[in-house]
Amino acid sequence: MATLICPEHPSPVADAEALRKACQGWGTDEKAIISILGRRNAIQRKLIRQAYEDMYQEDLVKRLESELSGDFEKAIYRWTLDPEDRDVVLLNVAIKQLPILDYRVIVEISCIRSHEELLAIKRAYQIRYKHSVEEDLAQHATGDIRQALSVYRYNGEEINARLASSEAEILHRVISEKAYNHEETIRIITTRSKVQILATLNHFKDDYGTSITKHLRDDSSHEYLSALRTAIQCICDHHKYYEKVVRCALNKPGTDKDSLTRVIITSAEKDLKEIKELFQKRNSRPLEHAVGKDTSGDYKAFLLTLLGKED
Amino acid sequence: MAASDELGALTRAFSGFGVDEKALISILGKWHQEQRQTFRKGTRDFFTEDERQFERWDDRHVIQLQHEFLRFKHAIVLWTMHPWERDARLLKEALHKGPQHKVLVEVACTRLSDELLGARKAYHSLFDHSIEEDVAFGIHGPERKLLVALVSSYRYEGTKVNEEIAKSEAKFLSSAIKGAAGNKNLLENEEVVRIVATRSKPHLTSVYNHYKEITGHYLDEDLDGELYLQETVQCLCKPQKYFSKVLDASMGPDVDELKKEAVTRIIVTRADVDMKLIKEEYNHKYGVSLPNKIEDVANGNYRDFLLTLVARGD
Repeated sequence: MATLICPEHPSPVADAEALRKACQGWGTDEKAIISILGRRNAIQRKLIRQAYEDMYQEDLVKRLESELSGDFEKAIYRWTLDPEDRDVVLLNVAIKQLPILDYRVIVEISCIRSHEELLAIKRAYQIRYKHSVEEDLAQHATGDIRQALSVYRYNGEEINARLASSEAEILHRVISEKAYNHEETIRIITTRSKVQILATLNHFKDDYGTSITKHLRDDSSHEYLSALRTAIQCICDHHKYYEKVVRCALNKPGTDKDSLTRVIITSAEKDLKEIKELFQKRNSRPLEHAVGKDTSGDYKAFLLTLLGKED
Repeated sequence: MAASDELGALTRAFSGFGVDEKALISILGKWHQEQRQTFRKGTRDFFTEDERQFERWDDRHVIQLQHEFLRFKHAIVLWTMHPWERDARLLKEALHKGPQHKVLVEVACTRLSDELLGARKAYHSLFDHSIEEDVAFGIHGPERKLLVALVSSYRYEGTKVNEEIAKSEAKFLSSAIKGAAGNKNLLENEEVVRIVATRSKPHLTSVYNHYKEITGHYLDEDLDGELYLQETVQCLCKPQKYFSKVLDASMGPDVDELKKEAVTRIIVTRADVDMKLIKEEYNHKYGVSLPNKIEDVANGNYRDFLLTLVARGD
């Protein structure tokens, strides 16, 4: 469930005017920006952008980019974009990251987004950059991560139990031989449907006693392994996965703001509530509390607003 | 008609692609027992002398005849299908019938991005699997990675091309091909697969042209002998050349059934796309018009149907 609190029928024109006022003159009224944009859903934000463009012949997003700075600017920028454009930007940044691309973001998006969302993302990427995301990914990555965004998994409910059992056996063999970049592991995790993979992993647990991710923990310096582990976690329980990302981001000295922003912005209109509940259960304190402690200023105020803080 | 003419006509009605229904009706329908027996005794190809003194249909020929009678039905059904279902079924057949992995290349590389995506969706509905998992699971040779990549592609369809990158990729291909000469390890070269599986068609056409400028040769000709890579490049850069080539090979003498099916497949799937260009290319390459060739080798309803499809857009 969403944590975003938004009014039923806000006026895009009034919002655009208020945002214009917030950006004019010396300094910027960040509180006004947060209280408007932080309380509008994707459709409402799109209408505001259109109204702003009509009224002032300027792209609101570009204006905000120039007025704001730091983590707050990054968060507002990504929040205000259309959801598929946001993922396009996240993917582009992840692919072009140096020295190595950010596997986590790529795998996250490829495993958690629905078919329709992924298609919208691919098309939006082509419009924005005039080539496909697959080309960019293939050019900047090596090995099988290149295929991460390409496979169009079967999304039905049919499972082949015999296949699940035999593929669990294959995975077990691969793990005991520590041959993690074995072609078969990649084939199974990247091409099988999510329900089939879940069935296979359940077989694994039943037949061999532990969940597969425990076995994949050993060689954490190997990016390939970490990408595989991420894929499995995202496929099995992406709420649990997101909770972990947020928890690690907050625990990290200095706080990994990129990851924190990414999770909160992407989930605020979808399932941030479930992630909050998991966080509370796991850490015995509310997520708002942890975010409040580890962040500051306008960035903090914005995140707390998205998390559902009442005014 | 004189008896020998009739024999000839009947033999012809049973040979080639499809059957000549009218000839069969008009000749066989009026022949009485002795005439039919003369026919059986006279055509050693179709009938053999059984040890118990009767002329029996040659089993292989009966099976072939079944294919020929069904050829028209198959073409009609394929033509009427939604293109997504059609391609999904063609992909499935390519994996199991034969197998004919080259057809995977053909479908994956000659369809538009959204058409291929539609075929992949239809595949889910029809077979409860993704084409990607079936290709990855069912193919074990060095071509596996290329084929999985090709069926998973969603190429940029715009016209913008980065000429610098196209040029450097052409250079790269040139040295990769020189270096591979004979070892056949081009298929497993990640960069080669990356280029052909992800780049847009306009980009690859530019790569093809730069390659010619750099080396003086055509990329697909230099890939001669490279299983799948030659077809991939041809389908992406010179589809009409590829289709003409396959059509001509399929209409040759003594061609097996799998190859013969290519005729229906290509004509049905390209009738609304680039049949005019394929005809031009065919004529240019083989010196005979495609409709004339079809007239020559095909019979009856099947022939008429093909000719109608081939004439579309004229």
